Amino acid sequence: MAPEPEDPGTRTYGRRAFVALSIVGLSSLAWARPVWDALGGVSSPLTSALPAGIVPSGGWRIYTVASSMPTFDPKTWRLRVEGLVDTPSSFTYDELRSLPRTEQVSTFHCVTGWTVEDVQWAGVRLLDVLDAAGPREEAEVLAFESAEKPYVDTLTLEQAQLDDVLLAYELDGTALPREHGAPVRLVIPEMYGYKNVKWVERIVVTASAAPGYWEQRGYDTDAWVGGSNGL
Amino acid sequence: MGRTDSEAVYLPRFTRTERAVHWIHASAFFLLLATGLVLYVPALSQAVARRPQVKELHLLTAFAWIVALGLVIALGDRRSLRATVSEIDRFDADDLRWLRGKKAPQGRLNAGQKLNAVLTSSFALLFAVTGLLLWLGERDTRFRLGSTIVLHDALMYVSLAVLFGHIYLAVVNPRTRHSLRGMTRGDVRRDWALEHHAKWVEAGSPHSSARQ
Repeated sequence: MAPEPEDPGTRTYGRRAFVALSIVGLSSLAWARPVWDALGGVSSPLTSALPAGIVPSGGWRIYTVASSMPTFDPKTWRLRVEGLVDTPSSFTYDELRSLPRTEQVSTFHCVTGWTVEDVQWAGVRLLDVLDAAGPREEAEVLAFESAEKPYVDTLTLEQAQLDDVLLAYELDGTALPREHGAPVRLVIPEMYGYKNVKWVERIVVTASAAPGYWEQRGYDTDAWVGGSNGL
Repeated sequence: MGRTDSEAVYLPRFTRTERAVHWIHASAFFLLLATGLVLYVPALSQAVARRPQVKELHLLTAFAWIVALGLVIALGDRRSLRATVSEIDRFDADDLRWLRGKKAPQGRLNAGQKLNAVLTSSFALLFAVTGLLLWLGERDTRFRLGSTIVLHDALMYVSLAVLFGHIYLAVVNPRTRHSLRGMTRGDVRRDWALEHHAKWVEAGSPHSSARQ
C-alpha cells in the first residue's frame, strides 16, 4: 500500500501525546508518592468529603489472606499466651479490658506504600499481658497467631519491650472494627503493617523465630519503617 | 436521495479486528475494575472478603487481557490496525479547531476519539507496568517503590472519569449514541456519519461498498 500523500496541515500529535503521557506516567514512579503526600494525601479535602467506606477512608486499606474474616464472639473468645512461660495464661475479652489501659496516637505505615496518620489506639501494653504469663529465661521470640489462618508473625522479646507496643482493642475511639482485627490486634508503629497482626488469638513464646506469613514470601523479619524491605 | 429509514445506507466503520481490540480491552477493563475495587474499597473488601481469590482473578484477567490483545495482533487484520494507528496519530487543522470547541468537519475518528485512544493506550501501558511492579514487589523488595500504588490508583480514578464520558457519548447522548452500532455491528448510517464524520464520508471509506 503506497503511503498516503501527507496533508501539509497534518501533525503526528497522537504518538507525541502517547510518548509524553507515558514518560510522565513512568517518571511519576519517582515522584508520585512525595507529591501525593505534599498535597495532603488521603487527608485532603477531596477525599475526606466522600463517605467513609467509598474510598479507603482515612487511608486504610483492608488486606486479608483468608477467604473470610474471623468473627468475634465475646463469650467464647480467648487470648492465650503459651510456650516458654511459667504459667500458660488465657484472657477473656473482659479480663483483657480490665488490665491497665493505655492510649497512643501513632502513624501506621503499610509496606505497599500507604500510610495513615494520627491513628488513635487504645489497648493494653503487650508486656503487661506477657508478664502475667512470665516468659522463661530461654525465651527470645513471640509468635502472634491470628484467628485468620494461617496468618502469623513474630517479634523478638527485645522488640516487644518498645514503649508503644500494644494489644489494641480500640481504634479512633470505638471498639476495634472487624476489618481491623476485632477484638484485638498487635500494634507496633515502628514496623510495617504486616507485623501488626490482626485478630490475635494466641501468643506463643519460643526460643527462635519461625518465618511469619509474609516472611515466607520474602519480606524482612525486622520490618522497621523506612529501614527494611528495600525502602 | 429521498430514502426512508428502513432503506438507510450503512457505511462500514470498524473492522472486525478493530472491534475485537475494543471489546477485549473493554471486558478486561470492567473485570479489572470490579476486582480492583474489591481489593481497594474498604466496604467492598469487607463485604466480599475473599481477598486471595479476588486478587488471583485480578491478576489472571490482566494476564488474559495481554494475551488476548497479542493474539488479535498476531491473527487479526494487521493492515487495518496499522491504518487505525496512523489515523489516530494524525491531527489536522480541523482536528485542532474541533478540540478548541469550534465546528470543524471530522474524519472517521473525531479528534476527541483520537485523544481517547491515545490516553487509553498510554494508560494500558502504565497500568500494566505498575501492576507488574506491584506483583513483583510482593516477591522481591527491589521492585517495591512507594509511588507504584499511587500511580496505579490515580490511573484508575482518571480512567473511571473517562469511562463515564465514553459511555455517556456511546450509550446515552441521543446525538452520538448511534456510534455504538459501529462498534457492535461494524457499520453506521450514512446520514449520521455525514453529520459527525463528514470528511470520512466525503473521502469515501476505503472498504465502503455504499456509494451515492
